[in-house]
Amino acid sequence: MISEKSKAAFAKEVAKYPADQRQSAVMACLRIVQQEQGWVSSESEKFVADYLGMALMAVHEVTSFYNMYNQRPVGKYKLNVCTNLPCQLRNGAQAMAYLKNKLGIDNNQTTDDGLFTLQECECLGACADAPVMLVNDTNMCSFMSDDKLDQLVDGLCALEGKA
Amino acid sequence: MNAESLLAQFQATGVQTCFHNRHINPQILADLNGANWRLKDYEARGGYQALRQVLGQGGGAPTMTPDQVIAVVKESSLRGRGGAGFPTGLKWSFMPRQFPGPKYLVCNSDEGEPGTCKDRDIMEFNPHIVIEGMIIAAYAMGIAVGYNYIHGEIFHTYQRFEEALEEARAAGYLGDNILGSGYNFQLHAAHGFGAYICGEETGLLESLEGKKGQPRFKPPFPASFGLYGKPTTINNTETFAAVPWIIRNGGPAYVACGKPNNGGTKIYSVSGDVEMPGNYEVPMGTPFAKLLELAGGVRKGRQLKAVIPGGSSSPVLPADIIMDCTMDYDSIAKAGSMLGSGAVIVMDNSRCMVKSLQRLSYFYMHESCGQCTPCREGTGWLSRVVDRIETGHGRPADMELLNSVAENIQGRTICALGDAAAMPVRAMLKHFMPEFEYHVVHKTCMVPAYV
Repeated sequence: MISEKSKAAFAKEVAKYPADQRQSAVMACLRIVQQEQGWVSSESEKFVADYLGMALMAVHEVTSFYNMYNQRPVGKYKLNVCTNLPCQLRNGAQAMAYLKNKLGIDNNQTTDDGLFTLQECECLGACADAPVMLVNDTNMCSFMSDDKLDQLVDGLCALEGKA
Repeated sequence: MNAESLLAQFQATGVQTCFHNRHINPQILADLNGANWRLKDYEARGGYQALRQVLGQGGGAPTMTPDQVIAVVKESSLRGRGGAGFPTGLKWSFMPRQFPGPKYLVCNSDEGEPGTCKDRDIMEFNPHIVIEGMIIAAYAMGIAVGYNYIHGEIFHTYQRFEEALEEARAAGYLGDNILGSGYNFQLHAAHGFGAYICGEETGLLESLEGKKGQPRFKPPFPASFGLYGKPTTINNTETFAAVPWIIRNGGPAYVACGKPNNGGTKIYSVSGDVEMPGNYEVPMGTPFAKLLELAGGVRKGRQLKAVIPGGSSSPVLPADIIMDCTMDYDSIAKAGSMLGSGAVIVMDNSRCMVKSLQRLSYFYMHESCGQCTPCREGTGWLSRVVDRIETGHGRPADMELLNSVAENIQGRTICALGDAAAMPVRAMLKHFMPEFEYHVVHKTCMVPAYV
């Protein structure tokens, strides 16, 4: 079920567009769903389709076209590490390798405790901050040396009582 | 402590990339410190004065006509900062001003070209300059509604821009009857969610309409058939941000701080093997050597090997060529590359060009939207062939194969992503062929391995 808070956020997005163009809000609505539920299920797609008056398939096309929508559940913290060329030149790939080793998982996998999902990603648009990592689609973490990666992962584990 | 505050510790402050006092005569990034992004700070820096100059000091008819605004922008020789370098004033004059019904203004802040990170700093630390530029542009073209489409990955910046919009609305700079002039303009923020292709302007429009971001055939161009099929003008964030200065100081002053046909300042995102990666705002026509010096020079005192001067799609230039260039559209074009978005990716002599191309080619394969066969299939071929050369499985005919695939993509696709994937490949082969040959023969790099 979509919460009342999210529905209010939907309405705010729809209001940005002409009355006959509700579909324009689909990107934002799916993002709001993902922020609330962690991923976009087919039930959520159906809800968004009905809310915006779109065909279900048109919503699914959006979910599946854009890289950041999670089409299946992910860990509580989704870590996206940029390894593109500018980042590669400044230890982006090294940061990815460090996390794989630290978390004991490979690219696109989730830790057994369901806490972390690790994904290599394309340009985050923060190249001068490399190595960079995006956590849960919203928190850009910059200059992620091995020390800082330890701080971040250990800190989140401690918060979750899994240190 | 909760997760939000824990993660906030790792957020960029802009100190390294923006507030380093290593700009030269900055117009957009001047006097910023990270805390002074709000409306009152912007006004204290002379913000919204350009808008007042256009619309009048409050009450009564505007003091400049739309034609006069466009004439000033034309005179400034401002060229699009997103990559193509198209003259902004000319683009604005294409809008059918007498068109009955809605028209739209769109800001392209979908900054995802590897190497480019300037629009993020502009919107994060000086969002009102973009808003002011957009209001002036909308007035010049008789547009009542605008959208700023922001890269989904910089979500914090999107939220900040939303906050800045609220401030501008509350102060009467946005909405109905702006500054009592009778002019109305509504501006909203939208966001992407992970698709490089939406930086292509018609892909962006599709996305803004709530669809997959697959670029459209052109013509018709957005000026006649844009958002919702209505006349639309799309400019890059930095282009809009340049407008207030031009209005305040006039077109000739803008040309004077750059080079003829290359007016004004430009923000270069310098990344890769330099001591101080970051954004550097310098006059157009600044020598590359000076820009490199501002960024602290090549890292660890190494030798410069090559530079990709305008974002990952622009052809690579070897050190000896780039060191003779000035940073402007014409000089870089003459050297055989493109100024593009001004993203300067620096590589030192410890770098393997095959490995560098391997990651770039993977990117274009991943981000091809799939609608044109030459790009969808060709980017896969490029990526797989470069990959096999890098991993020691290359064949002697592979370089010829790469060139042939690249040639068959270029010019044969709806949008420029095909060209963007092909150009780096051809330039790498042109300038660094011996490295590719060495890889094929020896199954390994000429330089020591690195992650």
